[in-house]
Amino acid sequence: MDDFIAARSQMALSLGFHIIFSCIGMVMPFFMAVSHYKWLKTNDEVYKNLTKAWSKGVAIFFATGAVSGTMLSFELGLLWPKFMDHAGPIFGMPFSLEGTAFFIEAIALGFFLYGWNKLNKWFHWFTGMVVGVSGLASGILVVAANAWMNSPAGFDFVNGQYLNIDPIQAMFNKAWFSQALHMCLAAFTATGFAVAGVHALMILRDRNKEFHLKAFKIAAIFACIGALLQPLSGDISAKDVAKRQPAKLAAMEALYKTEKPAPLLIGGIVNEKDKTVKGAIEIPGALSFLAHGDFKAEVKGLDQIPENEHPPVAITHYAFQIMVGIGTLLLLVSLIYFFTLFKKNPLTEKRWLLKLFVGAIPLGYIALEAGWVVTEVGRQPWIIYGIMRTKDAVTPMPGIAYSFYIFSAIYVSLSIIVTFLLYRQIKMVPVLYNKPETK
Amino acid sequence: MMEQVVITFLCMAILLYFLLGGADFGAGIIELFTSTKNRSKTRKTMYQAIGPVWEANHMWLIIAIVILFVGFPHIYTTMSVYLHIPLAIMLIGIIARGTAFVFRHYDAVKDDMQWFYNRIFRYSSFITALFLGIIAGSLISGHIDTQANDFYTAYISGWLNWFSVAVGLFTVALCGFLAAIYLIGETKEAHDKRRFIKKAELMNIAAVVFGAMVFIAAQRDKIPLIDWVFKSNVGLSAIVLASLSLVLLWYLLLKGKTKILRILAGFQVTMILLAISYAHFPNFIRLKSGDAISLLETVGPEKTIYSLGLALLLGSVLILPFLGYLFYKFQKREE
Ligand code: HDD
Ligand code: HEM
Ligand code: HEM
Repeated sequence: MDDFIAARSQMALSLGFHIIFSCIGMVMPFFMAVSHYKWLKTNDEVYKNLTKAWSKGVAIFFATGAVSGTMLSFELGLLWPKFMDHAGPIFGMPFSLEGTAFFIEAIALGFFLYGWNKLNKWFHWFTGMVVGVSGLASGILVVAANAWMNSPAGFDFVNGQYLNIDPIQAMFNKAWFSQALHMCLAAFTATGFAVAGVHALMILRDRNKEFHLKAFKIAAIFACIGALLQPLSGDISAKDVAKRQPAKLAAMEALYKTEKPAPLLIGGIVNEKDKTVKGAIEIPGALSFLAHGDFKAEVKGLDQIPENEHPPVAITHYAFQIMVGIGTLLLLVSLIYFFTLFKKNPLTEKRWLLKLFVGAIPLGYIALEAGWVVTEVGRQPWIIYGIMRTKDAVTPMPGIAYSFYIFSAIYVSLSIIVTFLLYRQIKMVPVLYNKPETK
Repeated sequence: MMEQVVITFLCMAILLYFLLGGADFGAGIIELFTSTKNRSKTRKTMYQAIGPVWEANHMWLIIAIVILFVGFPHIYTTMSVYLHIPLAIMLIGIIARGTAFVFRHYDAVKDDMQWFYNRIFRYSSFITALFLGIIAGSLISGHIDTQANDFYTAYISGWLNWFSVAVGLFTVALCGFLAAIYLIGETKEAHDKRRFIKKAELMNIAAVVFGAMVFIAAQRDKIPLIDWVFKSNVGLSAIVLASLSLVLLWYLLLKGKTKILRILAGFQVTMILLAISYAHFPNFIRLKSGDAISLLETVGPEKTIYSLGLALLLGSVLILPFLGYLFYKFQKREE
């Protein structure tokens, strides 16, 4: 394997791995806080058990998120030293604030996990909230750093020099808001559907119905609100991309020729050699509307962009289709769920609805990963858009392929173990929580 | 001005990582050298002692790394390129021990898998501490060659040399020592206390032996370690203080005062680090060419340093009270 490809693959793998755990770390504390709050208010033991059961899962995910994040902060240098040499001081601001946020999160987690029966109960609840809020803050900050790579700001680039560096301006670059908003919603949607789905499965299997029903309701409401807002935020993102990264937009839509008005393509097979798309459904004018809010606007195609600045079109296009497709599906599921909330008969009788949620378990995460592929692959060949090429940033050390194999093996084993642990955690729910605790 | 603030935070973060993270690695190292019969007890004591704080302990590494890549990118990238291999091994260690530590506690079913987690935890604790030391040693060993044009000189000999490996072993012993001292204060039964005291003795002896090895290796590799330590007043006083505190530590141990020990042990390790690093501060990486990469000369642009310093100050106002309370709350627990 070529070293450059290996470095890119290793980066993608590590980020793709980390994002799953960090989303859970960002979102689960809020679910727990709701359940914890209900326990404190109603004294219903089931809520207490639920909070505890969730917190055990979260501890596993949190540790995995923390070690994979530590890995990432070294990996930026191990794989992209020339990028970090220049970018570090410019986009470092969010990372240094993020350090603070992580720290608070880690401390609060210590309190939360080990504070049962030791702390004032409302202080204990509050520490759980702090875990969630600081997790969310760190997510927003790190995405702002990534947004800077898409939309560099806060410095003047003169003759290959990075002058007049202003890290605050770099942090509040043009892309940070749309990306951070979309990312936060995605975290709630993806984690919400995954958690709701797992509990729905348990209800279908008739295990500890009361427990799982309560869990399901908390997760589902977060998931569905997220899924309702996701397309709106995605639309903001798309308009944003059209303005600042026309090459990415063209690749997302596999738009090889500039058109006015431009149609929206659904599906289709991309042929990168002939620069054609076969078998796609065309909705006339829709892309013009999506990108510029006007059915007749012109949309820049790849023909207006020098060939050596084209991102990989097929991957970006497929990934975008997957994300939007899943986004639409999840939107439908949410609408159905909200609709059924107004019906009288209890949820446990609507087995078809629960089955729908079971089917949605992996979907949010698939969309999330696909969305990141759109953003990151669509930025290629640039590591800092318009400023530095990815291939100029890669480490001079040969043999990165081996590093890639080793880390792939580690990530694969970790995924297997985490899945296995979670399976055991869920399997043990009846044993651990069936009778109310005597303590 | 902000430059000094940032450098102070960097040194603090590195020091605290050595002390707190080090004690954490040490716990695994001690478990590695505990007879099978006592292991589960050691494990339990250890979990109670470090469970609540281990996540926070490891944040110091991240703080240090972030300060480096934001404020001193040239140092960060030089390390990343020329110490790629030991850094990667240390990372594998961090991943393995961090996850094994949590998995073994949170696995809902306690069965043969525990055997597997324990193995991983122990060996990776050892490896992580060893490579942390190797990396630290390599930075000052003067073996890093940025002009090398063959693979071995550029990516291997910078860290695989007698001096770096000796520092690595010395670090392992220090970590074990810190952990043993820490755990003495965490146990109540006299029998367990004796066990940890034994461990502390063993680790202390190991530290002396490996410490001597460090000096011998420095001599062999022509590193002016003796000059740094003995020809500077600060270096010399630090070493004297470290030795005195060691004597005091053993005296108090015999008297059965166990809580103050950890402060002394921490002080002693701090002094050792000071002795080694003071003479060439603010040089951070010594190169084969004879040049050095200094913190002061590679500091990032002014505005960056300013906002980094501000973020750190703000962060500590938010963090330190909270962190102090965490340690306090879980210290008091058993009393
Ligand atoms: C649950 C996950 C999920 C779902 C259902 C959607 N997205 Fe998304 N999308 C993401 C998860 C995501 C993401 C992984 O979070 C990304 C990657 C970078 C980012 O900021 O968000 C993303 C990026 C992203 C981008 C690129 C932003 C950039 O490069 O700056 C666009 C244009 C969209 N999305 C548009 C949409 C639209 C129109 C959707 C309609 C349903 C949609 N997304 C659903
Ligand atoms: C966690 C969500 C993220 C995912 C899933 C993700 C995914 C990816 C993928 C797939 C690539 C490879 C692109 C290619 O080479 O074709 C990549 C590259 C990269 N990403 Fe991201 N990314 C994420 C967030 C971030 C963030 C927050 C940062 C930094 C602040 C970042 C920095 C980088 C860098 C430095 C590269 C390598 C250079 C490049 O290929 O352009 N990524 N990422
Ligand atoms: C979009 C991408 C990312 C998001 C949303 C994100 C978010 C998070 C969150 C919420 C955590 C807390 C841990 C948890 O709850 O499991 C975390 C951990 C961590 N992340 Fe990321 N992260 C992203 C990418 C990155 C990148 C690119 C880096 C490094 C450059 C990084 C470095 C870290 C570190 C060091 C930790 C460990 C902190 C701890 O011990 O709590 N993350 N991340």
